[in-house]
Amino acid sequence: MDKNINITLKVWRQKGPKAKGAFETYKLKNVSQSSSFLEMLDVLNEQLVSEGKEPVAFDHDCREGICGMCSLYINGHPHGPDTSVTTCQLHMRKFDDGAVITVEPWRSAGFPVIRDLMVDRYAFDKIIQAGGFVSVNTGGVPDANAIPIPKKNADLAMDAAACIGCGACVAACKNGSAMLFVSAKVSQLALLPQGQVEAARRAKAMVAKMDELGFGNCTNTRACEAQCPKEVSISNIARLNREYIVAKLKD
Amino acid sequence: MWLIKSSIGRKLVMSITGLFLIMFLLFHASMNVAAVFSEEAYNMICEFLGANWYAVAATGVLAAGFIIHIIYACWLTLQNRKARGGDRYAVNVRPKSVEWASQNMFVIGLVVIGFLALHFLQFWYHMMFAELAEKVGINVSLPDGIASTHDGYAFIEYYFAQPLVVALYLIWYAAIWFHLTHGFWSAMQTIGINSGLWMKRWITASNIFATLIMLCFAFVTIFFYLKSIM
Repeated sequence: MDKNINITLKVWRQKGPKAKGAFETYKLKNVSQSSSFLEMLDVLNEQLVSEGKEPVAFDHDCREGICGMCSLYINGHPHGPDTSVTTCQLHMRKFDDGAVITVEPWRSAGFPVIRDLMVDRYAFDKIIQAGGFVSVNTGGVPDANAIPIPKKNADLAMDAAACIGCGACVAACKNGSAMLFVSAKVSQLALLPQGQVEAARRAKAMVAKMDELGFGNCTNTRACEAQCPKEVSISNIARLNREYIVAKLKD
Repeated sequence: MWLIKSSIGRKLVMSITGLFLIMFLLFHASMNVAAVFSEEAYNMICEFLGANWYAVAATGVLAAGFIIHIIYACWLTLQNRKARGGDRYAVNVRPKSVEWASQNMFVIGLVVIGFLALHFLQFWYHMMFAELAEKVGINVSLPDGIASTHDGYAFIEYYFAQPLVVALYLIWYAAIWFHLTHGFWSAMQTIGINSGLWMKRWITASNIFATLIMLCFAFVTIFFYLKSIM
């Protein structure tokens, strides 16, 4: 049964990208366990504003786990202690009365902090711009049955396409590697005939951009897939490695 | 050159050199087991691996494998620390599916190298190196009671009769075991020979393979220790 709990929050506050950040401790009373984590932060901000303090800046948008905008590293987990959900789908019933909750931004050189808990994830857009697309000739619509796709490949492509680009993989990785994200974006296209035409160029371009932006080297610790809210598998990373190595050997 | 400039290329070098070193370990373990059964057979191998041109050449290739693996390890670790950024998390939790070894490969590697230095001083320095030195007129003194640089069996008996040496070697084996349990399947993953189904197979194979190899080493070490106190 949900009840109201009292919690202590340790929140990372940082004025700007260059400013030095530190933890601030806040106490919240009578938080409904039925509220979501972000609603709880809304309550905290209401409280801060009424006290004449600066509210905590954090990213959020759809609040239904699909846009990939919310982030937050909560008690040592990207998207909090619950599995396979984003922060916006995390509820306060996952926490007990008297809990101390540490909230940090994603920490990675590729994702610099903008303010408080907000980080700049523009690097992911740059990687997509480097090749995460299919160049289309906008002619007539082809017949759906004209391009047969094995069920297995369709399923694997769909699983890879579940990636919402939130960056939890980078946040979870001790190497700050973006391989899970890049491999999902390469896989979702490489598995389908429409994407295979540009597969080699895409793998090379996206990996080159990822390296250029300063993301780390993958050492297969599997922390990314354990923390991914969409359960994207590292078998996608194996596929990316395969695609990339084959493409490079052909050059 | 993509083996230097790209992250996947650098990881590929790590995996290929790692697999090469695993092959060497397999050979070394098999060779050691021979000592349990026959002194003559083991010493024959030792003589074969003495200062012959092919053995020296193979040692050179092996050393290159080690050096490349170590240089790349340092390089990747430094890059990865930089990619992690300046600020560290205040709270860190290791998810259940993440092996301890996988996040500590560099540190385990350092432990392995440390013991490797000891192993080289005890065996290689007195065997292949001593033999090579002899050819240019430098005399390396051997431990008491060992007459020949080819008498590998005597070296085993000499060192593995010392409880401290045995204990250190067993710690060393444990470190290599941790390194291999992650290293083997990780190499397959990096080369790209992996999928959802094969992941479980490779991880299981990794654990079995690492355990078998390290059990062989431990068996020989303990066997000779027991032999010395019997």
